[in-house]
Amino acid sequence: MVELVWLIPAFPLLGFLVLLVAGRKLGEPGAGIFATLMMGGSFLSAVAVFAGLVDRNESDRFYELTLFEWIPSGDFSVDVGFLADPLAITMTLFITGIATLIHLYSIGYMHGDANFSKFFLYLNLFAFSMLMLVLGNNLLLTFLGWEGVGTCSYLLISFWFTDEANASAGKKAFVTNRVGDFGFMIAMFLAFFTFGSINYGEMLSGAPGMAAGTATAITLLLFLGAAGKSAQFPLYLWLPDAMAGPTPVSALIHAATMVTSGIYLLTRVNPIIAQANGWAPDIIMWVGLFTALFAASIAVAQKDIKKVLAFSTVSQLGFMFVAVGSGVYVAAIFHMITHAFFKALLFLGAGSVIHGMHDEQDMRRYGALHKVMPVTAFTFIIGWLAIAGVPPFSGFWSKDEILLGAYNENKVAWVLLLVAAVMTAFYMSRLVFMTFFGPARWDAEIDGEVPEHEIHPHESPKTMLLPLVVLAGLAAAGGAMNLPFTHSLKRLEIWLEPSLFGNEQHINVAAGTKWGLAIIAVVGALSGVAGAAWIYLKHKAPASLVEKPIMEAGWGYDTAVSNFMGGSGRKAFDATTRFDETIIDGVVNGAGSVVKESGTLLAKLQTGYVRSSAVGIAGGAVALVVYFLARTSF
Amino acid sequence: MSLILASSDAVTFPVAPALVLLPLLGAVAIALLPKRHFEQAKNLALVVSTVVGAITLWVLFEFDQADAGFQFVSEQSWIDSLGISWLAGIDGISLFLVVLSGLLFPLAIVAVDPGHDHKAYYAWLLVLEAGCLGVFVALDLFMFFVFFEIVLVPMYFLIGKWGHANREYAATKFFLYTMFGSALMLVGIVSLVSLHASETGGDLTFNLVTIAETQALGTNAARFIFLTFALAFAVKVPMFPLHTWLPDAHTEAPTAGSVILAGVMLKLGTYGFIRFGLYLFPEASVWFAPVMITLGVIGIIYGAVVATMQKDLKRLVAYSSVAHLGFIIIGTFALNVQGIEGGILQMVNHGISTGALFLLVGWIYERRHTRQIAELGGLQKSAPIMAAVFTLVMLSSIGLPGLNGFVGEFLILLGTFTAHRWWAVVATSGVILAALYLLWAYQRVFHGPAEGENAEMEDLKWSEGFIMIPFIVAIFFMGIYPKPVIERMEPAVERLVAHIETNVEGFTEPVAKQGAGNGFGDLEVESSEPGAEGEKHE
Repeated sequence: MVELVWLIPAFPLLGFLVLLVAGRKLGEPGAGIFATLMMGGSFLSAVAVFAGLVDRNESDRFYELTLFEWIPSGDFSVDVGFLADPLAITMTLFITGIATLIHLYSIGYMHGDANFSKFFLYLNLFAFSMLMLVLGNNLLLTFLGWEGVGTCSYLLISFWFTDEANASAGKKAFVTNRVGDFGFMIAMFLAFFTFGSINYGEMLSGAPGMAAGTATAITLLLFLGAAGKSAQFPLYLWLPDAMAGPTPVSALIHAATMVTSGIYLLTRVNPIIAQANGWAPDIIMWVGLFTALFAASIAVAQKDIKKVLAFSTVSQLGFMFVAVGSGVYVAAIFHMITHAFFKALLFLGAGSVIHGMHDEQDMRRYGALHKVMPVTAFTFIIGWLAIAGVPPFSGFWSKDEILLGAYNENKVAWVLLLVAAVMTAFYMSRLVFMTFFGPARWDAEIDGEVPEHEIHPHESPKTMLLPLVVLAGLAAAGGAMNLPFTHSLKRLEIWLEPSLFGNEQHINVAAGTKWGLAIIAVVGALSGVAGAAWIYLKHKAPASLVEKPIMEAGWGYDTAVSNFMGGSGRKAFDATTRFDETIIDGVVNGAGSVVKESGTLLAKLQTGYVRSSAVGIAGGAVALVVYFLARTSF
Repeated sequence: MSLILASSDAVTFPVAPALVLLPLLGAVAIALLPKRHFEQAKNLALVVSTVVGAITLWVLFEFDQADAGFQFVSEQSWIDSLGISWLAGIDGISLFLVVLSGLLFPLAIVAVDPGHDHKAYYAWLLVLEAGCLGVFVALDLFMFFVFFEIVLVPMYFLIGKWGHANREYAATKFFLYTMFGSALMLVGIVSLVSLHASETGGDLTFNLVTIAETQALGTNAARFIFLTFALAFAVKVPMFPLHTWLPDAHTEAPTAGSVILAGVMLKLGTYGFIRFGLYLFPEASVWFAPVMITLGVIGIIYGAVVATMQKDLKRLVAYSSVAHLGFIIIGTFALNVQGIEGGILQMVNHGISTGALFLLVGWIYERRHTRQIAELGGLQKSAPIMAAVFTLVMLSSIGLPGLNGFVGEFLILLGTFTAHRWWAVVATSGVILAALYLLWAYQRVFHGPAEGENAEMEDLKWSEGFIMIPFIVAIFFMGIYPKPVIERMEPAVERLVAHIETNVEGFTEPVAKQGAGNGFGDLEVESSEPGAEGEKHE
């Protein structure tokens, strides 16, 4: 059944093409239903390929399917071809599954939008690109998907383009990502230069013989690309702004799938990282760790519900990079999957709240919503417990694996990551308490403003609730795919083994210590929840105790970058332009006028000079043609 | 030599003469039209250019892709005493430029109405077509020079007569600047021919293939003469710092003029570098390559930076050409198969993308009578289809994988990286800037609220949509399946690289190492036994 791998991206591609031609005719809800069915088909194909791979021998779980040769030039050649291996199919399963749910959810969410069918057109194109990214059997095809998802992200962030803020956010996402793409491209050139091929099979099997310096360079260049796409410091800037897009987009692209591409990419090239100097993965780990802490501290002070979730995503991605840097790839992928479940759930839940609150996103106007939105509240709470790291919900298991990996690598890193985990529990509890509990503040006056209309919150339609329920189930039970108790329960680890080529870090920690670490993590999570309850539920301490303005402003980093771009950066660009106009062109015009003024004869002729030489050339040419024709005998 | 010029015996139709003479005859016919039938001029021009386009397509299908030499060769003695002849042919390097010209002209002709003096306008356009095609098929240095000069004349009149407000200045600048460059080349050609004759002791000949394959000149002479050619081409491309005629000419030219200027005429310079620079002067090309690459990289960054700050949409597109053409220069002087093939692809792709961009900008100008970015805004609301087409073309220009622009850019950078690693790294940063200036322009023109006339702007018409279809098809085809295109240029490019290797001592094509394994079977898969030790990275 693995031969069906081409069907996985073919479904959303077909959906895109059909919607391109007939999207307007299908209209609402036809276009949405059609796009959702295409994603469903894609998911079923992924399941079929998965079943096919499971049937195969463990060492034989690399199925490559070449469709056609894409770019052949001299000794360079790259195909459009797929690689179905445990890593790719794991990614494919959760991408298509979550995408199907979010497509379904969007039918309700985008109800009444003038560009309803266009939204699904973009969504299907996104899914196609994302699947090319993970299924491509070479770096260039991954790059095609990489740029494709970036473009769809751009189109969807600026979907409501009449608002300048949305348009700016879209542009910012694209351009910032391009900085990372720069690294990705150089990595491809270097890989080709080193191996003579950028096909994964040929590259990775050639990796054991490569020089450490080259491996380090490729690792760090790919990490630059990954830091762009997966929103790590210092390139994370675009992701909080990307929340300008419709909420299903935030859930699908900016939480569950696209932003995990960087972790996928680094996991894919693990044999190269294994050859790199030890400090290369260390850099990955420390950057991830710093981002996890940094973004968590910002999330604590945000007022906008989507901004909290956005910074939370940045922070959680930092956790995954810590795992990659520590060499515990399985933990990274495990957390990527559970995060996809609970963060998609949280975003869709937030969307449901925003929908019910008539587009109000300020949490200071929320409160007591569990009474009017019971399903949303119930599912959201499951997502909250999962991300906070409360057992037995999924996030606990995957976060624990990462903490264990960090502990194994560096004790200081473990402590700092634990702090980030406690902060996660705190800010998520803050969000839940402010939104669903406490008194209703729906028409509250904030910063001197009251809502234009009275707000009557309502529960969302069934098409929006069904995905919430399914995701809640996954977020609750997702940990079961990789339980630490016995080796055979580590199903994900066993399944991913072939794709990791023995590069998964071996954890040298006694069983008793593991228990101890897990208990510390749980206590940490619960204390985060308790702290938030103390402030936001019991009001025993003022919120200003933790919500510092500098944290709300993201430590001023975004502003500093914007000021630099709009200030010195712009000045430098302006200066270059003036240099072009006055110096470079000035010399040309100066030379022209010197010639013009130096000769009186020329001065007299100047207006007619060019024209007469033009006529002269034309006349000469005609004479030549005539001469030529006269001499020829056809 | 005879092998390189052997014409395949199946073809009897004189393709090259037809490509040049048909448009010329068409121009004459239009000139002879009675004044009161001036509206027939467009139809006649369209018919002629379409026939020429059809011939180029026929050439494309008849082209023998395994043949590295020139095909469709036609030879006719001309001025025997000076060794000048009509010698024309097409190989994998010129093939796609011939096809690009053949297809772009009818589209430019049908797309925009000049408004006045229809007869002269269409006649000059056809003369321009004859000149451009003449350059691409010429294999005789004299004949090449004649066509290289001839194209200035119609373009001068097109800008000067049908251009915008500042047209006289722009046309004069364009003409003087480019003529200054080619005047030096004429000196170069004459010295080359006479030196060749004296070194070989034979007769005078302007035959490109003979001169190139003999390589009779001394190193210093060749380097000097290369410089005269390079200067003419550098102005035409244009390369930094000789580029300032371009934004004026582009901005002031009528839409069709801009389309042809960007799509075809700039390629006369880059094509010249490959056909005449590398082929005639392999040693000098290797020697000067670092300089050329440096200037190319400066052009990429500089063109993009200046484009970002433009206030006039058309000027912005014009400056983007400086950046794009910089890529072609570095690819050419990477002197390996990927770089040169990427360069040729980029020539074609730039013609497609920038040609389409100029058409779209022209249509916006027709509707809004302004090109000032500050006066436009929110057009996606009033013209969603135009916005969609613009987005696609923009993404192709940015170099999005899957669309045409990417393939050329990628191969260029890949080839350059192999030859001059650090320059390629700097050049790659140009991809960041390309996204910046185009997306920012798009945001200001199409996004945001639409007010006043912007809210009422008419969307793409059916006729305009039909004109865009070939561009869109090419954008996708060249991006998804460029193989048939690359395959056809490969033998000729490989032969050119081999020519450089043979004639330059100590030069070997910069290529990648071969350190690849045989696939996943080579990698050990860890057993799933409990307690199996994994390897730790050092």
